[in-house]
Amino acid sequence: MAALVRFLTSSILSKIVMAATGLVLVLFLLGHMAGNLQMYLGQDAMNTYAETLQGLGGLLWVIRAALFIMLVLHVITSIKLKWENYNARPEQYAMRKYVRASLSSRTMIWTGIMIFLFVTYHLLHFTIHATNPAYGGLYDAMGRHDVYSMVVLGYSNVLISLVYIAAMILLAFHLFHAIESMFQTLGVNHEKYNPFIHGLSLTVASIIMVGFLSIPIGVLFGWIELPAGVIIL
Amino acid sequence: MKLKLHIWRQKSTQDKGKMVTYEVDGIIEDMSFLEMLDVLNEKLILNEEEPVAFDHDCREGICGACSLTINGIPHGPEKETTICQLHMRHFKDGDEIYVEPFRARAFPVLRDLVTDRTAFDRIMQAGGFVSANTGGIPDANAIPISKKDADLAMDNAACIGCGACVAACKNASAMLFVSAKVAQYAYLPQGQTERKRRVLNMVAQMDREGFGNCTNYYECEAVCPKGISVASIALMNRDFLRASLSEEKALDR
Repeated sequence: MAALVRFLTSSILSKIVMAATGLVLVLFLLGHMAGNLQMYLGQDAMNTYAETLQGLGGLLWVIRAALFIMLVLHVITSIKLKWENYNARPEQYAMRKYVRASLSSRTMIWTGIMIFLFVTYHLLHFTIHATNPAYGGLYDAMGRHDVYSMVVLGYSNVLISLVYIAAMILLAFHLFHAIESMFQTLGVNHEKYNPFIHGLSLTVASIIMVGFLSIPIGVLFGWIELPAGVIIL
Repeated sequence: MKLKLHIWRQKSTQDKGKMVTYEVDGIIEDMSFLEMLDVLNEKLILNEEEPVAFDHDCREGICGACSLTINGIPHGPEKETTICQLHMRHFKDGDEIYVEPFRARAFPVLRDLVTDRTAFDRIMQAGGFVSANTGGIPDANAIPISKKDADLAMDNAACIGCGACVAACKNASAMLFVSAKVAQYAYLPQGQTERKRRVLNMVAQMDREGFGNCTNYYECEAVCPKGISVASIALMNRDFLRASLSEEKALDR
């Protein structure tokens, strides 16, 4: 029992929690991005995909709950870590210089907070429609919820698009450090593979950023257009 | 060589402490940084002022006593160099230099630039050893150890326990120190018997001492005067996870 308590309260377990929940969230992001890219296949493909997800019913809620738990664990653990780290050095240096630590690694808490705020807004915007109740009333010709038009309408607002674009850049910045860091925390560090892990971190972060960014940019530049019959509110 | 020094002065652990500016002249570029401070202290003593207290012992870069943060970098700007081996030729005439102690809650300042680093000793007492029966000296090479493992064990054993890793870390984490001490035994057959208990007990003691958490800045590796690699931290993370899941009874202290 003492061993279990010690394991649960140890600093290394906190790191492992950050890495493991982060891994699940990165995999979710890749899936979410792949789903979003169906915007390029047109209204029918996008709405079919959206309806398939909604059709999962109970399973959808299980997935949502699991992701929510991952996010909450990630956030709570990061606050615990930050609090402990803040207390570990009561007197700051008068002069501070960093030799190696990247800007991305030193700003994880700030990019993290901004991403969390963005996720809250994003859910209110496109999932719950709290900010734009009219989105709930959009239906396509087959009577399905018209997710395609909702996204185009959403991103037609330049200000909203800019918020999404800024958030994705911050997300990539967060992930540059996060993905590489995850390997180290889980004990993967080898001279032979470290350059590959570094490259993977940059690549995955960039893919996620470009994939998500391409949609608001596509709408703003008119590459993704509203189908006939939907009026811009 | 004439220099302007901003030095942390603090009378005792309870004292508030502040940066004080001093001018020092007649510095020769072949002097080490500590010898430069000796020159300053001689001047202060002649002026009947309190000399600046700082830790030093061997002045050969192997004891781990010297512990200054120079211009925001523990052990100063030279790679893999302790402050006693940092020479004034790396500075220019007229330079302004900030001299501060290693800062961490776990390393309270005793006076000026001297910190109490016994937290490291307590971590070592928690598991940084191998238990062996006394008796005759074993035959050399009676236990085969591969060259690679022997080298890795030696690389980690090079840690002098100075605490620069803690001082450099944004979180004041002691992970590089503790991982070097875990790794130096993990690579050797003699270290296997107590391997799981060692990592669990040393990490537990590290947490009790109030160090911060590792967030993989790798600033520790960059300032380490002995070039300890953060690969040791990954090894410790692996060992900790494995030991936590498999050690049936951890020895609590």
